[in-house]
Amino acid sequence: MIYQGKQKIWSEYQKEIPDDHWFYVRSCIRQNFFPGAEVMFMKICRDLLGKDIYEAAHHTTCGGIAYHCDTIPQETVMTIVARQFALMTEAGYENYVASCITSFGNYIEILETWNEFPEVEAKVREMLWKACRREFNKPKYVAHASDLVYKFRNDIAARAKFRLVNRKTGEPLKVVEHIGCHYSKMFPSKGVGGAEYPYVLCGMIESWGGNVIDYPERRHCCGYGFRQYHVKANRGYSIANTHKKFESMEPYHPDMIITNCPGCPYFLDRWQYAISELEGKTYGENGYGIPVFTYEEVAGLVLGYDPWDLGLQLHQVAVEPLLDKIGIPYDPDEKYRGINHKDLLKPEIPGVLRCC
Amino acid sequence: MKENIVIIGGGIAGLEAAGQLIRLGYSPIIVEKQDHLGGHVAEWHCLFPDMTPASDVVSRLTENVSEANIFVNTEILFINHLKDSYNVMLSNGISIVTRIILFTTGFRLFDASKKEEYGYGVYDQVITNRDLEQWFSTGNDDRVNSRELNAVGFVHCVGSRDEKAGNGQCSKVCCITAVKQAIEMKQRFPEAQVYCFYMDLRMFGKKYEDFYISAQRDYGVRFIRGRVSEVSENIEGKVIVKAEDTLAGKPVKVTLDLLVLMAGIVCNPDCTKVASMIPLQMDSDGFLKSRDNIMDITGSSRSGIFYAGACTGAKTVPETLAEARSAALDIHNYITSSRI
Repeated sequence: MIYQGKQKIWSEYQKEIPDDHWFYVRSCIRQNFFPGAEVMFMKICRDLLGKDIYEAAHHTTCGGIAYHCDTIPQETVMTIVARQFALMTEAGYENYVASCITSFGNYIEILETWNEFPEVEAKVREMLWKACRREFNKPKYVAHASDLVYKFRNDIAARAKFRLVNRKTGEPLKVVEHIGCHYSKMFPSKGVGGAEYPYVLCGMIESWGGNVIDYPERRHCCGYGFRQYHVKANRGYSIANTHKKFESMEPYHPDMIITNCPGCPYFLDRWQYAISELEGKTYGENGYGIPVFTYEEVAGLVLGYDPWDLGLQLHQVAVEPLLDKIGIPYDPDEKYRGINHKDLLKPEIPGVLRCC
Repeated sequence: MKENIVIIGGGIAGLEAAGQLIRLGYSPIIVEKQDHLGGHVAEWHCLFPDMTPASDVVSRLTENVSEANIFVNTEILFINHLKDSYNVMLSNGISIVTRIILFTTGFRLFDASKKEEYGYGVYDQVITNRDLEQWFSTGNDDRVNSRELNAVGFVHCVGSRDEKAGNGQCSKVCCITAVKQAIEMKQRFPEAQVYCFYMDLRMFGKKYEDFYISAQRDYGVRFIRGRVSEVSENIEGKVIVKAEDTLAGKPVKVTLDLLVLMAGIVCNPDCTKVASMIPLQMDSDGFLKSRDNIMDITGSSRSGIFYAGACTGAKTVPETLAEARSAALDIHNYITSSRI
């Protein structure tokens, strides 16, 4: 692999990301899967870096899942999105940042559609007004939350207590980066680094001390793929995709996986359990799996936040071997303790996949 | 005859036109930007469909222009349009006043790195058709490991017939070049698996179809109808190619030791630059616009300006040479008719 070749491509796909004043919209599903991720993003932006990140409690889904499952018309999705933009306008913001990759892709696709077909935009404005008497300005900038963390990656590195380095050997950790399909595959110029070799997560990994693994199925879908999973009959296809990725990355012995999509970390994490039960196979060291993280969780780890405050106990694949590798302290007895030491109850230990 | 004729470009079109003009009694002046004559053909190993050594062709053409004034390593700085002539200023400080300029500025190969999904410039074992020809000629290319060459792939239409790549035109010569190169690889590595991934195979020229059939029947080259979707690299440094076999209706994935991208033909940007000095019209395909694409392909819309070769579109070597002879005759007729 010729690293300079990738650098050349990365240099051609750098997007403008304003430094401050963002209207933030959360994902429909991330708080259920990885409850610490969005909280961590807010903490980093607001508390650590002092940025103005505003969120409106009454924003809704963007409609992206239904759109990609082909269950609602595009005009409906556009009207939902128009309402989100109206909330941004009412709050006095013009920079729009989405937590979800599919939402980000949805917003970009809709804005591009409106640019190409102004009559569709006019129709949606009319529908929004009829539905809820709201008007909106289109955002000046649309970013995915990983774009902002990418922008602030060196600020985070400067404040980091830990690096993505094996404490015993001093070697950089081998990190798989997985980009959500809707980040830049539809509109390469809207993603940091483009579609073929996105840099948004690579930049974080490099800045925080790790080494990026480029493996053959790097571009492949995580297995979620909306209709692959939501249609029950297709779930075999979903896990087959995930299996293909793990088989492809296995020879590189990755220490961890970082993702920037709501569905990807969930499926890459949970399907490792399912694969272990179906195939009797695990992909990490000593019977463990390969731990999968959101980029906010990794940012939180390198900044020294308590792993259990980041919600890492909700991961299927045990994160403790990686924490030990980096040298991040944790209290095993606190893993399943909630606020005020409330006992959250321990999950059942799987039969094949080793867990802590 | 003392009539300055400036030929811009010392490729095969410029050389052939100059040779013909010399035979007609003129003293043409060839201006070539590179340090050698022969253009792209000089960088090629051998030519389809008879495996003619490219160096033989260039040598014969060069021998025919020994009486011409030739400036290599020389660029056109500017061209002023005078009343009935043009003042051509060269980078070597020489200024030429002429009534006649022949554009033989040729083409440029599409920059294969623009097709990012194919990994040219990113993955070690991905090269272009030109790189392979140079390796055929010199044997020097670290990307080609001749000790372990068990599987080779060719991707047709890289930057040709591709709206996303900004070039909707067929480059005409890539199909047959891929067949030729695939055969050459099989001749050197008979045990290797050789794959060609194609959209269509446009075997329009003399003996092309025979050549293509021979590639399959005699050499076992495997032709897969379908576009490559992505290229990646495995832990051993081998190239993984994913494509669709549209005839079988199945996705295919192959592991290769070398992937060759058949980079297409686009207009030479230097040609566009010089054309703008006069200025000359560009056609919708990005190449120079002829006066008439059927009756007067070598003529321009300006008096005394002529074209030959790939400056007006992709052409084979025989087509280029024929056009160069035609342009030389047109120039001769232009001179003699203006004398009358």
